[in-house]
Amino acid sequence: MSTGGEVLAPEAAPAAAQPAPPRPWWTRVSLLRDYSVLLATVVLFIVLSATSSSFLTKTNLLNIVDQQTSLGIIACAGTLVIIAGAFDLSVGAIYALGGVIAAQLANHLGVPEGIILGILAGVVFGLINGVAVGFFRINPFIATLASAIVFGGLGLIISNDSLITVTKTGFQTFGSTEFLGVRLTTWIFIAFALAMGLLLQWTKFGRYIYACGGNEEAARLSGVRVGMVRAWVFVISGLASTLAGALFAARVGVGDSSVGTALTLSAVAAIVVGGTSIWGGEGAIWRTIVGLFFLALIDNGFNLLGVDAKYQQVVQGTIILVAAGVDAYARRQRR
Amino acid sequence: MSAFLELRDVSKRFGGVLALDDISIAIARGGVHGLVGENGAGKSTLGKIIAGEYKPDAGELLLEGEAVHYARPREALAQGITYVAQELSLVPARSVFENVLLGSERTRFGFLRDGLARERYDEAAERLGFGLDPRMLVGRLSVADQQKVELMRAIARRARMIVMDEPTAALSPHETERLLEVVRRLAAGGTTIVFVSHFLREVLSVCDDVTVLKDGRHVMTVPAATTTADQLVVAMIGRQLEGSYPEKQMPASDSPIVFKASGVRLPRATAGIDLEVRRGEILGLAGLVGSGRTELCRALFGLERSAGEFHVDGEPRSLSSPREAIAAGIAMLPESRRDQGLVMRRPIRDNVTLAHLDRFGAGGFIRRGDERAAVGEVLAQVGVDSGRNQGNVVNLSGGNQQRVLFAKWLLDTPKLLIADEPTRGVDVGAKRAIYDLLVQLAAKGMAIILVSSEVEEVLGLAHRVAVMRHGQIVGELRGPDIGKEAVMRVAFGSDAASAAA
Repeated sequence: MSTGGEVLAPEAAPAAAQPAPPRPWWTRVSLLRDYSVLLATVVLFIVLSATSSSFLTKTNLLNIVDQQTSLGIIACAGTLVIIAGAFDLSVGAIYALGGVIAAQLANHLGVPEGIILGILAGVVFGLINGVAVGFFRINPFIATLASAIVFGGLGLIISNDSLITVTKTGFQTFGSTEFLGVRLTTWIFIAFALAMGLLLQWTKFGRYIYACGGNEEAARLSGVRVGMVRAWVFVISGLASTLAGALFAARVGVGDSSVGTALTLSAVAAIVVGGTSIWGGEGAIWRTIVGLFFLALIDNGFNLLGVDAKYQQVVQGTIILVAAGVDAYARRQRR
Repeated sequence: MSAFLELRDVSKRFGGVLALDDISIAIARGGVHGLVGENGAGKSTLGKIIAGEYKPDAGELLLEGEAVHYARPREALAQGITYVAQELSLVPARSVFENVLLGSERTRFGFLRDGLARERYDEAAERLGFGLDPRMLVGRLSVADQQKVELMRAIARRARMIVMDEPTAALSPHETERLLEVVRRLAAGGTTIVFVSHFLREVLSVCDDVTVLKDGRHVMTVPAATTTADQLVVAMIGRQLEGSYPEKQMPASDSPIVFKASGVRLPRATAGIDLEVRRGEILGLAGLVGSGRTELCRALFGLERSAGEFHVDGEPRSLSSPREAIAAGIAMLPESRRDQGLVMRRPIRDNVTLAHLDRFGAGGFIRRGDERAAVGEVLAQVGVDSGRNQGNVVNLSGGNQQRVLFAKWLLDTPKLLIADEPTRGVDVGAKRAIYDLLVQLAAKGMAIILVSSEVEEVLGLAHRVAVMRHGQIVGELRGPDIGKEAVMRVAFGSDAASAAA
């Protein structure tokens, strides 16, 4: 018997003491972790609707969603990375770089070329991270911390350390196009989130992602190429970052190498608050979406109610701490 | 002798399982008290409660007659009770000296006082009767020497009681003998020892009293001098050993060779290994811990960098990764299902199909209906009630986890099944079910390589036993009745046969 956690099986040993009655479902900590954010988000939504007349309006709600586009796309891809047992600290830098490349190429080659190539560049950046982590087995924290510095530098080089204003018309038009009364960027976010959810829940690759993060050795012994899976996850993360970056640049009509620094950690915050385990192997896209909007609603509520931004920061940080604490506690309970 | 520590009505529950049920025992001062029982009987749990690693759910502990309630190891440590775990808790990159003094450093104004520490170190070395180079890095020591470092640490912490959990599991017979010497010496010096082990001969040779646990309950506590290994086994199992294995059905002698390996060179071995397994045959691999059994299994599954040629059904095959091994029709149940076998926090379904998702995939998407049907079928085959057992694998009993692992590989009937310790951490009833399953699979024509550190298990199931020592197969025994003595004689090298565990 290797650990105390190994216990005998009650149903297979009829002579043994009768198994304990299962604990009532509402005392299970995992349940708290599983659905508490969802509940809190719903409650917050109701409270804000009741206290602020300007909250429950189409403009405000669409605005909230649209403001989350960049962060949401990155956090959805980041969910895959974290479930696979890795971490991507370079998303903010890739985001800025994607915007800069898109803007620069839009000026030189044309608007559609700029946007498409700006987005595709993310594949290359992600692949660099993926090869470093998946094949050279460099610790993901260090690998992406280092690559973030490189990508940040590339952004400065390409933009020549200044804002790139896109002169061609069409760049900004693309960023503010609406479809059925909703911004195209919002539609892209929704489509991307659905694609990531589908990938995670319904495909072989999704299963492999969970297995690699949940038990790397078991995955390897099942014939899963763990390094390959991790590499692909980073490619997706890189692509998501440039997608978000290019959309943002198109929105404001400017490529700016200094944006996105806060995105990296905000994405982790949304993922963790949603209940995806920071240790890998557990989590879901819907959780990240819930976490994202929970934090966004707090933000929006504070604005509508006129609370000082200083307090927002304190509250947000506390929420993240509590979420991570619940995760740690839930893990200890289920040993 | 008065009782140093007394346990009264101690119970401990893990989730829905009662791991310890109303245990009351007294441990004499300055003696060696053995805790024996099968895997899952609760002996490690009890050891951990004594050492403050676990908190009992009910009952109390009396230390020298006074009730103590320690909730964590620190508090037990303050009372002079230390725990030497099966997995040693040393800092490999630091020296022996630092490891020994870890947690009992003396400082003045925050600076270490090495002089005082050195005194303590020397004192510990003297109490234990051996010397180790204090500057040596612990990571470079053998397991046996690391164990000594743990003991020195316990002494340096002024331990009055040391709980040792399976201290000899990773040691050679010679090292074991040395360790038992040390244990006797410590006890003679007044330290109370709790000795958790499943090696009965060692327990009988070193302990004053022996407590037998079965299914979390206290069966008996007897002076070691008045009992025998056979009596202990009967008490542990609750019935005679005979009849606990299914009847052997020998494979036909002209049965074709399914798997053949030649010249497999394990790390540190001086010569290669040749072996072959026939259709329907169970080949047992016996040998002591460290003899290379697990390494051989890993090599056959593409997990060790080892030279060697492999033939599956007569076709030459490269087995340099698990992917290739799986493609060749080889399956492996790894030694540790928790660390290597299962993704504990995922559902049964995901675990069962992980290695064979291609079967349910079209363009990367999983056809859930097909998957559900196949999983239900294979779970029924291994005897897991998929209706009652939902949710994540982590919530299953050890026996059911092992069955899920079987199901995973039976999903795509392999030609060769390598089962490394298939009944580890599984209780008696579930063990028998796994034996039946292995025999059934062989009867259906699967070739099986079985590894177990319980020699009885290998003898009870295998048609042929290959005995390993120092990374090589040093003997082979076959026939329906292979004796344990014979196997152990080969495993130890004949002269040491008397030390057989």
